[in-house]
Amino acid sequence: MGIDIHQAVDSEPTPVPAFARLGPRTPAIAKPERSETGVWIGIFAIVMSFAAFTSAMIVRQGVSPDWRHFELPRLLYLNTLTLIASSLTLVRARARLTTVAKPLPPAGADGKKSFSEGMNWLYITFGLGTVFLVGQVLVWRLLVVQGLFLSSNPSSSFFYVFTAMHGLHLLGGILALAYMIRKLARTRSAAQTTGLPAVCLYWHFMDGLWLYLLVLLIVRT
Amino acid sequence: MHDVSASPASHQHTAPSGFLRKYVFSLDHKVIGKQYYGLALVSVFVGMILSWLLRLHLAYPNWHIPLLGKFSATGAPDGVMTPEYYLSLLTMHGTLMVFFVLTNAPFAAFGNYFLPIQIGAEDMAFPRFNMMSFWTTFLAFVVMMASFFVADGPPISGWTAYAPLSAVGGDAGPGLALGQNLWAISIVLFCVASLLGALNFIATTLDLRTKGMSLARMPYSTWAWFVTSVIALLAFAVLLPACILLILDRVAGTSFFIPAGLILSDKLQPHSGGSPLLWQHLFWFFGHPEVYIAILPSIGIIATILPVFTRKPLLGPRALVGSMIAIGFLSYMVWGHHMFVSGMNPFSANLFSVPTLIITIPATIMTLLLTASVYGGRMRFDTPALFCLGFISVFISGGISGFYLAQPSLDTYLHATYFVVAHFHFVMALASLFGVFAGTYFWFPKMFGRMMNETLGKWHFWLTFLGVYCVFMPMHYLGLVGNVRRYSAFVDDYLAPLIPVHKFITIAALLTGAAQLIFFFNLFWSRFRGSIASVNPWEATSLEWSTTSPPPFDNFGGHHLVVENGPNEFGAEAPDGTDFVMQAAPRKGA
Repeated sequence: MGIDIHQAVDSEPTPVPAFARLGPRTPAIAKPERSETGVWIGIFAIVMSFAAFTSAMIVRQGVSPDWRHFELPRLLYLNTLTLIASSLTLVRARARLTTVAKPLPPAGADGKKSFSEGMNWLYITFGLGTVFLVGQVLVWRLLVVQGLFLSSNPSSSFFYVFTAMHGLHLLGGILALAYMIRKLARTRSAAQTTGLPAVCLYWHFMDGLWLYLLVLLIVRT
Repeated sequence: MHDVSASPASHQHTAPSGFLRKYVFSLDHKVIGKQYYGLALVSVFVGMILSWLLRLHLAYPNWHIPLLGKFSATGAPDGVMTPEYYLSLLTMHGTLMVFFVLTNAPFAAFGNYFLPIQIGAEDMAFPRFNMMSFWTTFLAFVVMMASFFVADGPPISGWTAYAPLSAVGGDAGPGLALGQNLWAISIVLFCVASLLGALNFIATTLDLRTKGMSLARMPYSTWAWFVTSVIALLAFAVLLPACILLILDRVAGTSFFIPAGLILSDKLQPHSGGSPLLWQHLFWFFGHPEVYIAILPSIGIIATILPVFTRKPLLGPRALVGSMIAIGFLSYMVWGHHMFVSGMNPFSANLFSVPTLIITIPATIMTLLLTASVYGGRMRFDTPALFCLGFISVFISGGISGFYLAQPSLDTYLHATYFVVAHFHFVMALASLFGVFAGTYFWFPKMFGRMMNETLGKWHFWLTFLGVYCVFMPMHYLGLVGNVRRYSAFVDDYLAPLIPVHKFITIAALLTGAAQLIFFFNLFWSRFRGSIASVNPWEATSLEWSTTSPPPFDNFGGHHLVVENGPNEFGAEAPDGTDFVMQAAPRKGA
């Protein structure tokens, strides 16, 4: 029944069988930058997980009368400004480094100046991101001084969980930025900026996510 | 000239060298796919042995099982397992099977191997993430298995790890201290790996399709992997926070899931205010999409394989793909049907029951399309075809019991009975596994260049098919007469007459398990001694059959295929006299 599949056909490995027509050996057509696609997909996943944490918080708050509101340390707002500033410096860095935001930087001295300016803005962004993280740890210390630990109260539990999760994800972004900086600093070539849009997208997303979390924490805790 | 710089920041275009790079820490999706398959094989073997132990204890509670007493002196003193150890083994059976077999084999293993090839790509979008995904899954497996070897053994809270039992720690019972910690850490690792894997699949499908491979021309298995990865991305993104909160409850003294006033082992637990129901909501919000993650790739595999053996096109391909997408979407709306008797508001039961009944519609559409696709075909009854037909049978058997469980009024009685056990084993353990078997017999020639033995394959199919019906059909009856699940021994008077049924099931399970040894043997024997396979022994159409068996490291030897046909061109007279047109061949009719 059917063909005799056990009949061994020419076992000489031809690269492709004769009956399949191949396309010409053309260059692959231009594809969307896959690091950016990857970051978009990651954004969906991260949004979903913070949605899960949010619903856990809402349910937990509604279930038991032991929720104690507490005042958020002022430092948190300063950290927020730091993070927003880092997004702005990143936009500036990207504009200087790539040809997307403006016409080709002129070759020669001006081009180099544009490139090194862009690198400086990248360093500043990296610095601001790190300052944010350090600031978050300081906020935790301020809470500890008030006697609010992870297990003290569900409201403080969720505060620590949300800030820690956001901080961890931002740390990933900082490491990606560091990788980008290292690559650009070593090659000194604007052609190596292929990963930059993805890093920027992720960074701005982290910024936006933090703004959402801040509002959530202000309203709920 | 072949342009290698099209994607500078990605796949290496030179073959890997060195043993570690080629076979261990490989970036090649084909090697990673085989690694996942190997991991699933080990897991299913362990899971099967666990099921034998459980079944032996159920049928013969006083038997001394050799070696078990040596393995765990506290869990099975003198070879007779304690009720708690029964629950430990049950937990591990469920966890290993659902996570490490049914999420790994049809999705991670076959998907990793064949998704890039079926869309004409050279590798996945992110090969390094891919390697990390596998080794993280492997680490998760090691951590999970470690719970067998710690003093108190594995956790007793079930694969569903309901709070507060799973959240309070060692006071609540054996295995709930270190064992449960290991379980939770393992699942966290598994979530991270699955998220990365799903991300890879989606990016690859969106970005790396070759010229002419529109979404409409993708094979149904590729569609299934794509839809499954979207489901997986969103589902595991919820399980991860849930497990993090669980770990915090266990080690950091928080009270997300633990209510006040629990006294366990005469100790008042220092937690209060938490909601056990919150765990159930979070878990089942993941848990229900998870079962569709388990079944959809198998449906895609069957839909790809079946037309090859009926020699006629699949009926209603767009309806099939649409149904997959509908199932993916609806799967997020039905989680409460696992919680009808949990104490949540009974009116909300309706909110879940209605979408549950609605979700049967796309599932039925797919089943009917598969069944009707056989009509009028010139059937070739090779082993993959037998497993396709077997899949339809067991999926219908399992699906029908789902209709009953979807009604809260019936579920109030049937919840936590063997009726549920029968339902999910039919749709997951049998249907999904038959998809894996079909895929294995079908794709083995492509993966290894050799055919699996047909005679052994047919013996395997028939023994398995008859055996699994003997094992799981009687469980419907058991559930209907009130046999509760997760009991290690039946001491109540009303359950004693059911012991002979349990004995029958146990013997059938042991024999069916033994029949799987035929499959294991066939796998390894054929790997080295099977007859050499041609490039396209089954006369199939999708792109993997346009390259060598096995494919070269970059899948197509540097060629970028141009696709001009869909995957469904079977039956009509083709220009070269055959009855099928391959996807990579010139346009049908040209």
